Formats: sequence, C-alpha cells, structure tokens
Amino acid sequence: MAIWINDDSKILIQGITGRQGTFHGIRMARYNTNVVGGVTPGKGGQTADLEGREVPVFNSMSEAISETGAGVSVIYVPARFASGAIVDAAESFQAAGGGLIVCITEGIPTLDMVRAVAIVDSCPDVRLIGPNCPGIISPGDDGGCKVGIMPAFIHEKGRIGIVSKSGTLTYEAVAQTMSVDEGQTTCVGIGGDPVNGTGFIDCLSAFESDPETVAVVMIGEIGGSAEEEAAEWVESNMTKPVVGFVAGSTAPPGKRMGHAGAIISGGKGTAAEKFSAFEAAGIYVARDPSEIGEVLVRALVDAGLRES
Amino acid sequence: MGVTVGWFERFASKLGMELLRILQRRVASGRDDIMNIHEYQAKAMFRESGIKVQDGVHCTSVGEALSAYDSLGSAVVAVKSQIHAGGRGKGTLFDPSSGEEVMKGGVKIAFSREDVEEYAKNISGNLLVTKQTGPEGKIVSNMYVESGCSIEHEYYLAILVDRDTKSVLFMASTEGGMDIEEVAEKTPDAIHKIWAHPMDGLRKGDAESLAASLGLSGGSSDEMVEMLGSLYELFMEKDCSMIEINPLVKTEDGSMVALDAKVSFDDNADFRHPWRDGLRDLSEEEEVEIRAHELGLSYVKLDGNIGCLVNGAGLAMASMDVIKLYGGEPANFLDIGGGATKESITAAFEIILEDSSVEGILVNIFGGIIRCDMVARSVIEASEEIGLDVPLVVRFSGTNHVEGKAVLDNSGMSVHTTSTLSEGARKIVELIGGGN
Repeated sequence: MAIWINDDSKILIQGITGRQGTFHGIRMARYNTNVVGGVTPGKGGQTADLEGREVPVFNSMSEAISETGAGVSVIYVPARFASGAIVDAAESFQAAGGGLIVCITEGIPTLDMVRAVAIVDSCPDVRLIGPNCPGIISPGDDGGCKVGIMPAFIHEKGRIGIVSKSGTLTYEAVAQTMSVDEGQTTCVGIGGDPVNGTGFIDCLSAFESDPETVAVVMIGEIGGSAEEEAAEWVESNMTKPVVGFVAGSTAPPGKRMGHAGAIISGGKGTAAEKFSAFEAAGIYVARDPSEIGEVLVRALVDAGLRES
Repeated sequence: MGVTVGWFERFASKLGMELLRILQRRVASGRDDIMNIHEYQAKAMFRESGIKVQDGVHCTSVGEALSAYDSLGSAVVAVKSQIHAGGRGKGTLFDPSSGEEVMKGGVKIAFSREDVEEYAKNISGNLLVTKQTGPEGKIVSNMYVESGCSIEHEYYLAILVDRDTKSVLFMASTEGGMDIEEVAEKTPDAIHKIWAHPMDGLRKGDAESLAASLGLSGGSSDEMVEMLGSLYELFMEKDCSMIEINPLVKTEDGSMVALDAKVSFDDNADFRHPWRDGLRDLSEEEEVEIRAHELGLSYVKLDGNIGCLVNGAGLAMASMDVIKLYGGEPANFLDIGGGATKESITAAFEIILEDSSVEGILVNIFGGIIRCDMVARSVIEASEEIGLDVPLVVRFSGTNHVEGKAVLDNSGMSVHTTSTLSEGARKIVELIGGGN
C-alpha cells in the first residue's frame, strides 16, 4: 500500500519547463513514476519532453487537474513564486476532491509560508509536504513513485517506513535499511523549515495505519520540540516499533547548523533531550547513523518480525 | 494533581522553547537566514511607521555625540553603543589594544555635556563584551544619543513567527528591561501572548486584551493597541523574522514609547527588499561565514581538530556526532549544499584549512544530485591547488560512489576511502592519533 503515493498515483510537476523541473522530471519518469503533465503559467498548450516522453503543459493547476485527473503535485518553482504555486495547488485540489502537494523549493520567505500553510489548512482534503525537503518516494516492483529529488536507485520496495527532517541523512537511513535486507514502503522528507506542512506525527500516524509498514525509522535533529512531541505520540499511539536517531549531539549552543530550525539555546532543544524523550517513549535509539540497520534488526526481532 | 502538574510543566517548557527561539534569533550570526540591524536603524523604521520613539541621533565620533547632545536639547540623554548583540547595558568596555577595562555598561545615562563626552570617549572604538557577544566582544564604531524620558513602568515586547501555530506571535511581559530568559525561568506566568490571524491579521480585540493583561488602561491602552497594529504592519511589510522591544516603556504622562528596538529580517525575502543592502553592517558578520555563504556553503567553526566536509545539513551534523562518538573532536560544521561545484568544494577545503587546529579531514558524501566522482575530482584538484598536507578520509555512498572511489584510488593521492560513516570517522580519528 505505502502511504500517500503509490504506483498508480498521477503526478503533475509545477515548474515543469524550468531547469529544476525538467532535470528532476526526467529522473522521476526514468523511475517509472507516472508524470501526467505539468504547469508553467503562460506556457499552457506546449508539451514538455521528459527524455522522449511528451507530457502536456498547462497554465494553471485547476486546468491540469481536470485534464489529467492527477492527485499529486510536486513544486520545483523558484522560491519567490513557490508559495503562490502551493496556494494554486491547494485550492485546485480541494475543488477537485483533494490531493497531495510536495514542495521541494528551498529559501521561501517565512511569512509567505505562514499565509500558504493557512490556506492549505483551510483545505481539509489537501496535504502539503515540505517545503525545503527531498520529497516522498514509494518504491514499487519496477521503479516506483518518486516525487522529489532523492536518488531512486538506493531504494527498494519493502516494509519499513522512513520519516526525516533531513535530506542526505534520509538517504543514509535508506541505505541502512538496505544493509540489513529491508526495503521501504514510503520515505518522507518533511524538511527543516520553521513553517511547513506535514510533521512527524502525521507521518507516524499514516505508517501506523498502513498495513504494509511494520516498523518506522525516524530521523530528527536539534532545535524545536517536534521530536519530543512525536515521541509522546509514539508512546501513546504507536503499536509498531520505531527506530530513532537525532543529528546534532555535538552542535554547540547558539549556532545555526545549516537548517533554519537547527539550533540549540540555553541547553534546550538538544540532541540529548530528544534522545532521552525517544528512550522514554520506548523508541529504539541509534547513536550512530551507521548503526540504524542493526538497531532496526533488533526492533524487528523483538517484535517477532524477523528471526535475526 | 499529578495531571495538573504535568500539564503545567509541559506548558512552562513550551514557553521556554519559544523564548529560546527568540534567544536563538538574537544570537544567530552570519548571513545564514537572518539579517540584524542596529537600534538606530530600527528606530528610524519605527519612526516612519508611526511607532513612538524618543528623538535620537546616530553618531560615529565623540564630536558627533556632543553636537547630537546640543541639538537634542534634552537635559538627560542616553549614550548607547550600537552593536548587533544584546546585553549592551550590562556589558563591559575594554581597550582593544591594552585589554584594560574602560567602563562598565555599554548604555549610559548622561546628565551633562561632560558626561556625554566621557561616555562617548569610553565607548567609541572600544571593545564591548556582553553575555551575547562571547568573550571576544565587538568593537563599537556606532553610537546612538537619545533624549531621556521619565519612565513609569518598563515592559517587554517581542514579535516573531511561532513554529507551533505557524502564525505571528506577540509576547509581552510586565518585567521589561530584564533578561527575558530570566523572566521565563522565574515568572513564566508574567508572559502574555496573542497571535495574529494568518489571513485576517492582528485582531483589535486580541491587541486590547494583551494591553489589558499588562495592566494598561485608558490612553495608554489605546496607544499600546495602536502600536501593536503598526508593529504588525511593519513586521509583515518588511519581512521581519523578529522585532524585540526591551524595554517598551510607559512614561509618566501615560505614553507608550519603544525605548529599545531590535529588528531582524528573513534573508529569504531579500529579493523583494533591495533597500536592505544599505542597512547591512558587514563588520558585524563573521568574515569566513559571509565568504562561505556567498559560495553556497554553510560553515560553522568549532573547537576540535578534525575538519568535516559534508553534503546536507543533517548528515553534516551526524558526521560531527560520529567523530565525537569515536573519540575525536570535530573542527567545524560544513554543508556544501546540493549545488556544489568544483570551485565551491575547493573553497570549502580552503576554509577548513584556514583553521590552524585542523589535523585531519573527513569528507562524507551521500551522492544524490551531487555525484561522488565529481566530488572526487574536486578533491584531487583542491589538493593540487592548495596542498592538502593533513590526513584525508573520504566516505562515498550513493550516486557514482564506485566511480568516485576509483578516481581517488587511481590518483596517487594519499587518501583513505571508506563506504560507511562509522568506518570513515574511526579511520580519521585513528590517523590523527586521537580516540580511545
């Protein structure tokens, strides 16, 4: 089943004629992701060439959705236009019965996101993932559904769900599951921006309900309190084992570590606190990302899902 | 009872988190996400937006400070050091060449022309060390001379984006002039909050209730409500990431005046605010961090001896953590970003090696869009160009990792390649003779 996207999902690319949109659109198509078209205002009626596969370009999301029946959109438009693209997608999907928006773009002004997220929240059947994230992927039998910029070839269809704030550290987690012969149902990068859509708990809850997912790997980082809240949610709601890692144990206080939200102050938001919240919630903790595989095996064995 | 306590503790810790976010915005330096401006610049902006401030003049010398005093015509003035860090009032000024202490307090109240002269002399060109600057302090090259006013009460007010509610938050306290962290710790219930609606903006009723919870009434309450409205407009219009007024005062005649002003902007919105360039004070920003930022690199210097060069912020942090886990000490955080090129990778090596305590380097790349073979060629080029004379361990995974390893192995360069982060970290720790 996977969560939110699968082999049958029809995908639109917002910003399909741009450099990023074309580059990643081609890679999505190579993975057999069902890209059914794209949107670039002013370029409606043209087609976009995804390595020999021609897909239609539309002026607006509402037109694109009604013509293609797509339920997922991925946004590669530049930061200054990205919140507009989110709003266009949200309103159009809501009018058409719902949909998933995945915003890859980084560097969107925070106040633009405040408005955009408020509009997304007013559309009950619309979900936003990101911005500033690698996207979401559900590996299938032959390729799969890749909605984002992650290297597809490291994934394989399986039974582990992955959710992470980070990009490359998500890939690391994927590689770790593969190192112990476990594939993934769905991997979600939720991004590290201060104002964004889907959070840890949304993902954990979806994995908990997904019959194919048997365990989850959750990757957090310093700053904020999302990891602690997620741990609390796990403790009271999650029946499936969760393996957790938090990046930033060595980050000094008061210094921003790349991501907008990744900063410790006055001893709060530290990795140590998050790790102990994980432990208190019964989450299997990996202290070294290279040990996620081993820890996952231990969690699966304990749950009777694996012999060793 | 247990439930009540648990709820309260959670509530208190949430408050703490918000305050810490404020603090983190204050201390965040460099050009990463946030741009800070000086008080005198923020007050000019306030004045334009109709937010009440005292008359004041920006000065860069003792002479200018004296003519400012003459022109203000106020018997009592404040002579204020202008640096981006907070805690100026409780800071200490030092002579930068001798290191001797010159004066306690970076913000002084002057009761005469002679006072102004003395304070300006002690501030101008000297080093101000505050709780937020760290022991290295900041040289003060700008001052602000401001008319005094009769204060009846001091308040604290901050406006920022609240991550939990995803909306603009106003936080106020009756304990103005104090360290807000201290207020949060000792009297968290003295902090009052309202949120602007993301679409409708700040509602008048909410502003009124915030004024009331600070104990304001009559004309003072009306002025507060108006000020909150103007501040919200300013916040939205200029794409601020934070406005902090500490203290906001009620004067003896009941007026509400912003006696301090700390404003910072969201860098992501620079494209629609070209005027910001004119407000930047580059001397306030770390030179190496600016250079890194311009190349698309995110760099933070640390105290260890193992340099790190990584793609991705989360992986860069994890690399530091694993070095430490195996007994080493990371010398820096460095994320080369998704758009790294040969040039930016060479520059990244240069930046790492400028730190003389670096004794070895760990390169950790999980190829996605970035290809490991491109990074391998960049590593070789950088080593030829700048001479890498410290042990180097390279961990490649992901896109073209096999090709990347082959490029390095065939280069004749002295480099150790590994396929996992653990191995890489262990190896570099072993090579520099550290670890346990």
